[in-house]
Amino acid sequence: MTRDQWKLLGVLLVTAASLWVLYPSYRFYSMTPAQRAALPAQELAELRRKAVHLGLDLQGGMHLVLEVEHQKLTPAQVRDATDRAMEIIRNRVDQFGVAEPLIQREGEDRITVQLPGLTDRQRAIELIGKTALLEFKLVRTPEETQNVFQRLDAYLASRGVTEGLADTALKRMPLTGHFLGTEGTAAFVRDQDSPIVTKLLATPGVDSIIPSDSQLLWSGPETSAGATGRYLYVVKRESEMSGGSVAAAEARVGLEQTNPGAWGVSMKLTPKGRADFARITGNNVGRQLAIVLDGVVSSAPNIRERIPSGDASITGNFDIASSKDLAIVLRAGALPAPVRIIEERSVGPSLGSDSIQEGVTAGWIGTVLVVLFMAVYYQLSGLIAIVAMVLNIFYLVACMAGFGATMTLPGIAGIVLTIGMSVDANVLIFERIREELRNGKSVRQAVDVGYSRAFRTILDAHVTTLISALFLIQFGTGPIKGFAVTLIIGLIANMFTAVLFTRMIFDYWLSRGKAQRLSI
Amino acid sequence: MAILQLLIGTNIPFMKFRTVTYMFSGALILATAVWLIVHGGPKYSVDFTGGTLIQLRLSRTLSADGVRKAIDASGLRGVELQQMTGENRNEFLIRLQATEGHQNPFPLIQQAIAARFPGVQVELRRTEQVGPKVGSELRQKAIWAVLGSLVGILLYVGIRYEFKFAFGAVVALFHDVFVTLGMLCFTGREVSLTVVAALLTIAGYSINDTIVVFDRIRERSKALRKEKHSRAMDIAVNETLSRTVITSLTVFLTALALFIWGGEVLRDFSFAMLVGVGFGTYSSVYVASALALDIWIRLDRRKGISAE
Repeated sequence: MTRDQWKLLGVLLVTAASLWVLYPSYRFYSMTPAQRAALPAQELAELRRKAVHLGLDLQGGMHLVLEVEHQKLTPAQVRDATDRAMEIIRNRVDQFGVAEPLIQREGEDRITVQLPGLTDRQRAIELIGKTALLEFKLVRTPEETQNVFQRLDAYLASRGVTEGLADTALKRMPLTGHFLGTEGTAAFVRDQDSPIVTKLLATPGVDSIIPSDSQLLWSGPETSAGATGRYLYVVKRESEMSGGSVAAAEARVGLEQTNPGAWGVSMKLTPKGRADFARITGNNVGRQLAIVLDGVVSSAPNIRERIPSGDASITGNFDIASSKDLAIVLRAGALPAPVRIIEERSVGPSLGSDSIQEGVTAGWIGTVLVVLFMAVYYQLSGLIAIVAMVLNIFYLVACMAGFGATMTLPGIAGIVLTIGMSVDANVLIFERIREELRNGKSVRQAVDVGYSRAFRTILDAHVTTLISALFLIQFGTGPIKGFAVTLIIGLIANMFTAVLFTRMIFDYWLSRGKAQRLSI
Repeated sequence: MAILQLLIGTNIPFMKFRTVTYMFSGALILATAVWLIVHGGPKYSVDFTGGTLIQLRLSRTLSADGVRKAIDASGLRGVELQQMTGENRNEFLIRLQATEGHQNPFPLIQQAIAARFPGVQVELRRTEQVGPKVGSELRQKAIWAVLGSLVGILLYVGIRYEFKFAFGAVVALFHDVFVTLGMLCFTGREVSLTVVAALLTIAGYSINDTIVVFDRIRERSKALRKEKHSRAMDIAVNETLSRTVITSLTVFLTALALFIWGGEVLRDFSFAMLVGVGFGTYSSVYVASALALDIWIRLDRRKGISAE
C-alpha cells in the first residue's frame, strides 16, 4: 500500500470505530420511554452505560457535596466515619429508588452525591442529611421534672435575667412563666415564646443546675390547646437502647390509638434488642419512654406493661412520605457523625431539557453560519473543511461516549465553539495556499507549501488553548470539567481532521487530473 | 482561483496609529481597574461568594414588586430579586447571602408566594447553594487557574518565540482577559465558574492571531530586513490580516449563536467569549504586535542600530 492508502485506511478505521462507539448513544436517545421500558433491565442498563452520559444540568437532578462534621473525631476516625457515612447514604439512596445515583468520597471528609432526574429535592435532602440517631431515653418522673424546672427558675431569677420586667410572675418564674401549662413530665412552649426560652436556657451556668445524669430535650412541632409549639422534656441522659437494635422498620398507619389515621413507623427489634426492650419496659412500668431521633423527642409513650414482643413504634408528626423515609433511614442505620450540606446544585427537569434544546439550536445555527461562510468563501475547498469539521465533532462526541465522559451544558458550549475553532486551521492553510497561488506557484506546490508553512502556526495555536483547558480540568465541578474535556478532545481531534484528513483529500483531488485550478 | 477575497493586498499603516490605540487600551484597562477598586472586585456569583441562587418559574406572570412583598412576608432577609426578561418574564432569580449550614430557603419562598397568590404554581428551575468555605475554595482555584494558564502560555510562548514577541503576546493576553472582565463588570454581569471558563478559553484562544502575525515576521525576516521595523510589522500584519479576521470571525459566529440562542444559563459565558474574541483580534495587532515593535526598536537602538 502507498502512504496515501494507509492514511485513508486510518481515517476509515477511526470513523468506523466512532460509529461503533456512538451507536448505543443513538439507540438510547432515539428510543421512546415506552421502548425503553420494553427492554430487559440489564440490556437497558448496558445501553445506558455505553451511551453518552448527560450531566445533571442537562437531564435535571441534584448534586450535593456533604461534609462530615469531625470536630470530635481524630484524623484516623474521620476517614473511617466518611467511608461509613458514604455506605449508609448509599443504602438510603438505593432504598429511596433513584436510577444511577453516584456517591463518592471527595478528599478526607467530603462525600459527593449525584441524583439524576430527581424532582423532590427537599425529601432527598432530608433523607440523605438526616443523622438518624435513634435513642430510647427514660423521661424523668413528674416530680423530678418539676424539681428541675423550679431550680432553673430560682437560678435564672438569681442571675437577674428578669431585671426591668414589670410582670411579677415572670420575675419569680423566669422560665416556667413562659410555659403554657406543665403536663406532668413535659412543658409546652408556644412558638412565640420559643426564642426567649431558648435564650434563657443558654444562660451560662444552666448546665450545672440540671443534674448531670439528666438533659433537656425538645419535641418536634406539636399543638396544645389550639396553640402551636414544642414540648420541653427532662430525660435521663444515658439512653436505654439505640437504633442499632432495630432489625426492620416500615411505615404504617394506626399505630396511635388516639389518632388511628396517623402515619408512623413500626419497628421490629433484633433478638438482643427485644430482650433489652422487655427488660426496660418491665422495669419502668408507669413511666414514659422518650423515642428520640437526632436529639428531638418524636414521642414519649407511657409504658403500660412489659413488652416482650420486640415491637416498637415511632409516632408524631408524620405523613406517608416522611414516615416512609424515616423507615428507610432506620433500616439503613444512623450516620457515624452528622453531615452538613456544603454545596448543592439542583436543576429541574424542565430547565435541563430547555438547556439541551437551546444548546442544540445554537449549535445548528452556529454550524449553518460557519458552513455558509466556508462554502461561499472557499468553495470546494471550503466543503472539504466542512467535512473535516463535521468529522471533528463526530470524533469528539464518540470520544466522550468511549471514555464515559459527561456531557454538560458548558460542554455543549464547548462543542459549539469547537465548530468555529475547528475550521480555523483550514482557514490558515487555505489562506496560505491562496497566497502561494497568487505568487505564481503551481497548484501542487501551493498545497504543499500551504500545509507545511501553516502547520507550525496551527500547532502553536492549539497548544496555547490546550494549556488553558488543562488548567480548567482541575475544577472538580462537573459542568466546567465537561467544558474543558470537550475543548481538549476537540483540539486533539482537530489536528487529525483539519490537517491530516483535509490533506488527504487534497492529495487525492490533485492526483486525479492534472489539476491546473483549485477551487479555493 | 478565488472568487471572493477579503482584505487581500491591503496596505494599512496599522503601526502609525499605535499611540492612539495604546491610549484606548490604557483607558479601558484603567476604567476596569477603577471599577474593580471602587466596587471591591468583580460581582462574583454564588460559586465564589457562597450563598444561594434560586431560579423559579411561576405559572403566571407576577410583578417583581408582588413577589418581593411575598418573600418579605416570609421573614427572609437579604434577598436580591431579579425578574427575567422577554419570554421568561414569569421567571425570577433570587439570590441570598451565605450562612454556613443553613437550609435552602426554596420551600419557604414557595409557600410565601403560594400564600400571597393562591393558585400560582411555583416551579424550581434550578438552585445553587454554595457554603462560604466551598466558595472561598473555588475562588482560590479560579485565581490559580487563571494565573497558572497565563504563566503556562507565557512559558510556552517564551520558549517558542524571541523575548520581544513573547512579551507582546503575554501583555495582549492580560489585556484581553482584563478587558473582558471589565466589560462583564460594566454590563452588570456576574463572574461565575462558567465565566472563568470563558476567560481561560479566551486566554488560550486570543493568542492565536498573535501567533499568526509573529510567525509571518519570523518567516519573512530576511526579506523585511531592509525595511524599517514599523514598516516590516505593517507588512506582516497586512499580509496576515485576512487570516486574523477570518479565523476570529468563525469563532465569533458560533459564540454569537450561543449568545442569542444558547439560553439564559450560558448567556454570560457567551458574552465573555464574544468580547474576548473581538478584543483578541484587535489586541493581536494593537497590543501584541505594537508592543513587540516598540521593544524591537528599543533593543536595536540600545545595540546602536538605527531602527526608525
